Amino acid sequence: MADAVASHHARHPALAHHFDDLGQQREAASLGMWVFLVTEVLFFGGLFLAYLVYRTWYPATFIEVSQHLDIFWGTTNTAVLITSSLTMALAVYAAETGDRRSLVFFLLATLTLGCVFLGIKALEYSHKFHEHLVPGAAFQWDGDHAERAALFMSLYFIMTGLHALHMIIGVGLMSVMTVLAWRGGFSPEYHVPVEVSGLYWHFVDIVWIFLFPLLYLISRH
Amino acid sequence: MKDYLNATYGLKSWLLTRDHKRIALLYLASVTLFFFVGGAFAVMVRLELATPPADLMQPETYNKMFTMHGVAMVFFFLIPAIPAVLGNWLIPVMIGARDLAFPKLNLASWYIFMLGGLFTLWAMVTGGVDTGWTFYTPYSSAFSNTHVVTAALGIFIAGFASILTGLNFIVTIHRMRAPGMTWFRLPLFVWSHYATSLIMVLGTPVIAITILLVAAERAFGLGLFDPARGGDPVLFQHLFWFYSHPAVYIMVLPAMGVVSELVAAFSRKPVFGYAFVAFASLAIAVIGFLVWGHHMFVSSQSVYAAMIFSVLSFLVAVPSAVKVFNWTATLYRGSISYDTPMLYAFGFIGLFTIGGLTGLFLATLGIDVHVTDTYFIVAHFHYIMFGGTIMGYLGGLHYWWPKMTGRLYPEGWAKLGALTIFLGFNLTFFPQFVLGYLGMPRRYAAYPEEFQVLNVMSSAGATILGAGYLIPMIYFIWSLRYGRIAGPNPWGAVGLEWTTPSPPPTDNFEKTPIVTQPAYAYHLLERA
Ligand SMILES: [Cu+2]
Repeated sequence: MADAVASHHARHPALAHHFDDLGQQREAASLGMWVFLVTEVLFFGGLFLAYLVYRTWYPATFIEVSQHLDIFWGTTNTAVLITSSLTMALAVYAAETGDRRSLVFFLLATLTLGCVFLGIKALEYSHKFHEHLVPGAAFQWDGDHAERAALFMSLYFIMTGLHALHMIIGVGLMSVMTVLAWRGGFSPEYHVPVEVSGLYWHFVDIVWIFLFPLLYLISRH
Repeated sequence: MKDYLNATYGLKSWLLTRDHKRIALLYLASVTLFFFVGGAFAVMVRLELATPPADLMQPETYNKMFTMHGVAMVFFFLIPAIPAVLGNWLIPVMIGARDLAFPKLNLASWYIFMLGGLFTLWAMVTGGVDTGWTFYTPYSSAFSNTHVVTAALGIFIAGFASILTGLNFIVTIHRMRAPGMTWFRLPLFVWSHYATSLIMVLGTPVIAITILLVAAERAFGLGLFDPARGGDPVLFQHLFWFYSHPAVYIMVLPAMGVVSELVAAFSRKPVFGYAFVAFASLAIAVIGFLVWGHHMFVSSQSVYAAMIFSVLSFLVAVPSAVKVFNWTATLYRGSISYDTPMLYAFGFIGLFTIGGLTGLFLATLGIDVHVTDTYFIVAHFHYIMFGGTIMGYLGGLHYWWPKMTGRLYPEGWAKLGALTIFLGFNLTFFPQFVLGYLGMPRRYAAYPEEFQVLNVMSSAGATILGAGYLIPMIYFIWSLRYGRIAGPNPWGAVGLEWTTPSPPPTDNFEKTPIVTQPAYAYHLLERA
């Protein structure tokens, strides 16, 4: 469909028909991602509220169960994610400067770190399974208030599970970005997909930065 | 000439379309389907209540009937109806854009909505749900033997359609306005959808996680909402109403937007106090998030919390009242014409006022305790959600039908339909105020004999109402083929949507419009 802009100069191949220029398209995409992240905050917010209620009600049990989480792997994973945020930021910088080789490298690095995180998380889950700390029929707890301990572990699995699901989506996103970057799909004028994927990736990291102390570090000062 | 309806042909061109106008029509077909599903359950409810004993069906079956009526109507008709149909179709046209900011996401929203709908329909046909549309725990999580998980997942999935629609609207309104279309030149329909979108984006994720927790609790035997295992069922209520009170505004704010357009167009005057009406929408969205506790006055909430929620609930009525006053002030000395859309606008103002005022009764602690879980509540929220939303929806559908299809509907039949629906509605629901005040509880299949007269009135009204819906249903379909050609501006209205052909081309405008006037410049029009 003919429009005012197209008649003046050639349209960028990545410019969708309903936008006037790449600037408008970029602003729309990044605002869209920010709004989506606000939704995500509220989504996790419901879980944080539930955590807050039960931790206030049952502080002693929460501290006790928390010590059954593996602080070594938890800390390692935190470091892995923070590093992945760094590589993500460097990937966005490489996209802005049009450095295709660095872009592919940093996207791959981010993707790999994400997979490392998920691997460690799976390891932790399997430990909890063998220790009978997965809520349900097989749940075993020697201390007092087994049902309260089960509440903590329910929250642990739901919160970290939803976070892990977001990580899996993030890894998928990174794979797509890597392929597109490899094919030379991005340039200094057009790299908004890398930018908004970066926003998403940082958000998922930040969620973990809240989850880690709330779940692993309750009793450590 | 090529327009968006005949630009391409075939089923595929519809199911894979990115055109917001076609997606709106996909939604129109889907929400109409869910409306009739929900309506069928309502018929069963009113049939059972025609006689005092539980004779037509077992109480267990009755529980399923009112639950599925509520689930279908609330989540699959009232919430999507105006935003996903009229909003989707109109917002880009009203602001002079070629499409929503994210056309593919818009199509994805529809598929997500349909997937959620299929889950819920599946739950309905395989045996149903009986928890009430509110899914209160621990009944829903620990005791009910019905298809709660399937239905809950359906609502969870459909929620994402709502979130993505809201996101799309927010970005579109921020970034896609035509040159000269400043914020304070936006039609109030767009403002009200902006406020609605904020609620969709901020509230829906909370119900999503809540309903997911209920499903997880049932599926994996967790105890989060089970008091026997240290969980808190009232936490569920807080999370549920944090969304579900604002959800009422998802239903009614868009209808208010429609009414602003109708009142201006059919009294040929600018809306009185434009900025007040615009900000009233935002005020309703914001304050609406702070009143959820009025659903929990009898749920072990602290007295002080209840008092604060009561005061805030009074406060949220203020911006709604501002709108009603501004619409009436717009009518004052206007040259009013009584075309069908305007009849629906009048219907909205009257019914919404009754619904709103009885809402104030319910915000009052003492009265609320008296009428909690009675038919008074049922009558109140039907006046708001039905008298408000459906009047707005039908009014808007009539007003923009010529634009959407290029054809006029038959005015005489339409007036008859509007009148039938209005009368049927009041006969159905007004007696329920009285029933509730006299103490008839909601959600029971049987009731004492002395309530029969009022219940029969209500069931008779429902019959008239049901017939009333068939009238527009029939003539709308008829008009697609036999209706008179509408022309670009059959109402002589202002607004960008009336400057483009009916139906518009796929890209909405032949060339991007440049806006030089405020909204509702009817006064400039008459002078010219
Ligand atoms: Cu409410």
